[in-house]
Amino acid sequence: MTATRPSARSGVDRPAGPSPLRRLLPGAPAAAGPRGSTLLRHLAGAVLAGTLVVLLTNQLAPYQNLQVARVCAFLCVTAGYTVLVGLNGQLSLGHGALMATGAYTVALVQRAFDERGVQGRWILPLSLLAALAATALAGLVIGLAAARLRGPYLAGVTLAVATLVPAISTIFTGVFNGEQGLRFPAETPPAVLGAYFQPERWLAWIALLAALLTVLLLANLVRSRFGRSLRAVRDDEVAARLAGIHVARTQVLAFVVSAGCAGLGGGVYAVLTATVAPGKFPLELSLFLLMAIVIGGLGSLAGAVWGAVLLVALQDLPSLLTETFSLPSGLAQRLEGNLALAVFGLILIVVMLAAPGGLHGAARTLVARLRTRRRAPEH
Amino acid sequence: MDRFLFLTFGGLSTGAVYAAFALALVLIWRAARVVNFAQGAMAVATAYVGYAVASATGSYWVGLGAAVLAGLLLGALVERVLMRFVGHANPLNEVIVALGLVLLIQAVLGMVFGNGYRPAAAPFDTDALTLGGVAALSPYDLWVLGAVLVVVVLLALLFTRTPIGLRMRAAAFAPEVSRLLGVDVSRMLTLGWALAAAVGALAGMLVVPTGLGLHPHAMDLVFVVAFTAAVVGGLDSPAGAVVGGLLVGLILSYVTGYLGPDTTPLAVLVLLLAVLLVRPGGLFSSARARHV
Repeated sequence: MTATRPSARSGVDRPAGPSPLRRLLPGAPAAAGPRGSTLLRHLAGAVLAGTLVVLLTNQLAPYQNLQVARVCAFLCVTAGYTVLVGLNGQLSLGHGALMATGAYTVALVQRAFDERGVQGRWILPLSLLAALAATALAGLVIGLAAARLRGPYLAGVTLAVATLVPAISTIFTGVFNGEQGLRFPAETPPAVLGAYFQPERWLAWIALLAALLTVLLLANLVRSRFGRSLRAVRDDEVAARLAGIHVARTQVLAFVVSAGCAGLGGGVYAVLTATVAPGKFPLELSLFLLMAIVIGGLGSLAGAVWGAVLLVALQDLPSLLTETFSLPSGLAQRLEGNLALAVFGLILIVVMLAAPGGLHGAARTLVARLRTRRRAPEH
Repeated sequence: MDRFLFLTFGGLSTGAVYAAFALALVLIWRAARVVNFAQGAMAVATAYVGYAVASATGSYWVGLGAAVLAGLLLGALVERVLMRFVGHANPLNEVIVALGLVLLIQAVLGMVFGNGYRPAAAPFDTDALTLGGVAALSPYDLWVLGAVLVVVVLLALLFTRTPIGLRMRAAAFAPEVSRLLGVDVSRMLTLGWALAAAVGALAGMLVVPTGLGLHPHAMDLVFVVAFTAAVVGGLDSPAGAVVGGLLVGLILSYVTGYLGPDTTPLAVLVLLLAVLLVRPGGLFSSARARHV
């Protein structure tokens, strides 16, 4: 394991060409410097990205800021999801339901405080933490079962979980208020920012903070010893066990982490509209999330960003088309929702058949190919 | 007691549909080692074709034939155009492609036929006949049970008594050897998908009149239940799929009848988890599950 964390000297000695061991570990750290620098590098990247997005939100209209916020909320989910599916090889189709768990937790916690007349800035982070914890717990339960299941069996069980949301909300109508769902107090910008501060911008900032924290933690996690265990378990369970990795524990832990991220994302998603309802978490949501991480490239956090952006962009596609081409209302009504679905499905199939590495993998291959071509005449 | 009998008969009737659906899953699993997650969406698509033809010609039977034919074609098409080209590097790939197909089919159906519920007429009376004072099966339930029985018998005959059935089994269990012995393995695979989709189409036609009607998502829950039925019986066993289907139909009928319809998805999940954790190979598995 020490080979994946080379000393600074060996990095200087052999700047070109990966070591043989490195090639045996796909997705292993490309260039790890001295200890601790990974965290710093990721932190710097996160701060930079955060600053850029904050600057961007200052220029945007309310609706566009809401879109940024939705991208960030989805990014929390897709980042955790791609770690589970891409790096650990467990296909869960229940992440829509896990998002719902987080969303309902936020709603219930916020309502509990609201009914008792308690107000304060700390309620939002508290409710989001509760969402994370509750969903991680749900993930632990599912993960314990999942660790004994493989491939299509796991997909089938989690698909059954995804169909549960409307049923649970109707069975426990007293708590979840059935089809109607729950409303809770909307999040308002603090007075410090001025009376005319755009509320959507504030929401975008909240979502951005959650997304940055999630991606930062996950980026460090996948480069840690645990991250290597995840990949080892995915590639060969027997070999991983021989190497001293506790396979079941690794799988359960991966599920818990992924579920926690989904819960946080779901909670933020609920905060954006200050409502939750079972209709927001249909079966397709889980399939959409899958599409997002497949298109981005399974197992790649950068791919998760691509996926989250596409997820929001494609959902707005039909209304954009209708406005641009002034389609007849009957046709527009049929396209509404369905067009995005069709495009999602088609992309999912085409990407799986043509570029299983996803957008990010395809871009990386393209860059690598261009580089070798440029280098070719020298040889 | 009357209610118990009523629920039992109803459970057998819906269980027959689940059995047919589970059978379609098992057929593909045996032929290609793929769980076809698009089975539900494909069945809905063929049911739309079937009921469109039925309302155009005025005859349910022509529609049924059209649906089964559409199933054969769709199954062969999906295998030839999509599944054949999916990389086998990762076992998840087929599942993901199938899920993409689900989104695509449901969206196309929504665009062509609209997202509302379309009524689908049953060919027989759906009101239950009374037998000795007890509400038992309706004529439609009898038709469902009979149709599924005929299909099961036909499939059993096909696989055990005909040369083509023998070739299909050989291609599934030892593709390399069968190829050496002159079996066209790839054609057998296509045939397996076509047959499975046709059985799924029949199940779709049978289940639609018992629900709210035709809808792009009409089969979402049915698929999950059928998957459960197939897992209960063991994905490798056609007989298990039939028994599993009937068993799951009965259990869900009791759960729905005594605890309310909202508990159905919960019951499905509990059942699925219980079987997978206690007996992962299904009730009828002969081979021991592989332990890592």
